[in-house]
Amino acid sequence: MTARTPKRRLGKTMLQYKYFYLMVLPILAWYALFSYGPMYGVTLAFKTFNYGKGILGSPWTGLDNFRTLLTDPDFRTAFINTIVISLMKLIIHFPMPIILAIVLYEFSRKKARRFFQTVLTFPHFISWVVLAGIVTNILSKDGIYNQIAMLLGADPSAPLVDERAFRPILYLTHVWREIGWDSIIYLAALAGINPELFEAAEVDGANRFRRLLNIAWPGIKSTVAVLLILHVGQMLTQGASFEQIFNLYSSPVYSVADTIDTYIYRTSFTVGGDFGYMTAVGVVKSVISLVLLWAANAFAKRMGEQGLY
Amino acid sequence: MSAQAAANKKKWSPFDIWAFIVLGLLTIVTFFPFYNVLIVSVARFEAISKSDFYILPLSFDLSAYKLLLQDAKFWTSFLNSIIVTVAGVAFSMAISVAGAYALSKRGMPGRNAMLSLILFTMFFNGGLIPFYLIVKELGLVNNLLVMIIPAGLNTFYLIIMKNYFGGIPESLEESAKLDGANDLYILYKIILPISAPFMATFALFYAVERWNEWWYALIFISDASKAPLQIYLRETLITSNSMLSLMAQTLAEQRQTAKVYTPALQMTAIVISSIPIVAVYPFLQKHFDKGIMVGSIKG
Repeated sequence: MTARTPKRRLGKTMLQYKYFYLMVLPILAWYALFSYGPMYGVTLAFKTFNYGKGILGSPWTGLDNFRTLLTDPDFRTAFINTIVISLMKLIIHFPMPIILAIVLYEFSRKKARRFFQTVLTFPHFISWVVLAGIVTNILSKDGIYNQIAMLLGADPSAPLVDERAFRPILYLTHVWREIGWDSIIYLAALAGINPELFEAAEVDGANRFRRLLNIAWPGIKSTVAVLLILHVGQMLTQGASFEQIFNLYSSPVYSVADTIDTYIYRTSFTVGGDFGYMTAVGVVKSVISLVLLWAANAFAKRMGEQGLY
Repeated sequence: MSAQAAANKKKWSPFDIWAFIVLGLLTIVTFFPFYNVLIVSVARFEAISKSDFYILPLSFDLSAYKLLLQDAKFWTSFLNSIIVTVAGVAFSMAISVAGAYALSKRGMPGRNAMLSLILFTMFFNGGLIPFYLIVKELGLVNNLLVMIIPAGLNTFYLIIMKNYFGGIPESLEESAKLDGANDLYILYKIILPISAPFMATFALFYAVERWNEWWYALIFISDASKAPLQIYLRETLITSNSMLSLMAQTLAEQRQTAKVYTPALQMTAIVISSIPIVAVYPFLQKHFDKGIMVGSIKG
């Protein structure tokens, strides 16, 4: 009797919410199919894929795929490149939008500020296919980059196929596309700070630097922490962005540009590699991402921030 | 002197001047590549091939535009992108709005479990191959639906929408409920009308995503008649569209058009494909400026 009452009450509540269950059903089905389905498909990492038998019927091979992985030189290159590119992007790009937001916030000419923001946010809405086309054109043989270089007396060059120049191009074009967009969230956080705090500081004779350090920074610190955790958690996917790299790279720069994602794509769909093995490569990436997220969150909590969870 | 006049006369502080220079330079650097696209797209072949430093629009010629608009492949992909964008926005908005609204109901049993399962997908996925096999199994290969359904849900937007619906006072719904309206009707008749501007923003964000869609097409579409605009662009820009240059050559030989510079053609493709983005950009900006994204990062 006592055990049945709460159950009955739960059933009654659920009935009250029946229309909401109906509304949430499509997205739950979507996640089940397109997110959790592939997660189950991860079992393929422990199999060798057989087209006729599919994911479920393919024969188990235990940890063979993971053993192959340890000795695969191409995976090794892709793994190192992924880490280097995403880490460098984090170091170079992450502080930029914060600095931009603070400069825009402190800049008192409203109309000019709006104009700058309009231009700086624009590239975010253009696809990497197009942006890569623009970059390729600028850096081409008769593009504006080489025209300027030749005017300055330098020899023409092809930076996109130059192993030394390729990664800096990735960092630079990433900042170009995202700096304005990424700064918006910090600007919103800055706008949420009580302006009286700034006025009081001004009356007290605090200079701009002191105001930034004592009012603006504490005001945006938690936003910075949350975004840093998100960035670290997604750095292997979004930091080493497939869309950016795939549209810019070519075989001469594979040694510095091939990442886990481009490696999986190329090997699976143009070379015809084993799907089981390629799944294992993907699993390694996903697991490392999860560890990074956990570590970043733990670190943020240690620093006295709330963290993500 | 009124306060207004005083504010207008407010002098540029040294910081303002310094910031103006830095921001101005950054803005020029950001904008320059797009400017370059524009001037190259209308450049006459001779003008650009002879110039050592082509930075001013010294020639104006629309041959590249004429040529591109004659390419049947361009129109096929353009149409595909329009279909994907319109149908995609309808699909994405329908499932996101309904899902987000339901998830905003704190009392719904199982809500927290659902939210955790959804958030988890932002940080962990099965990877490309299992995803590919499932989508293939569903018969979505070489099907425009692949750019509409599997691509159609953005977890980030879903969470922001959920937080937004959660902030709408319940009293609005209660009166309708007393009149016997069901929850679907309330969402459609009461919640949606008052959220129209907010929802329009997300519809635009989804529209930009669908217009820029190419990853799903790269993986799942090999049939040229199903290719979206971004695949056409990629062919024209990166892997070089041989059909188009062949057509340019033939037309030039027949003296129907002036000789067209290949980069001019490529840049023209960029200009034409970006027109819809440029057109909606002011509306996008109006809304994201207000910081609607802030509530999103925690929730």
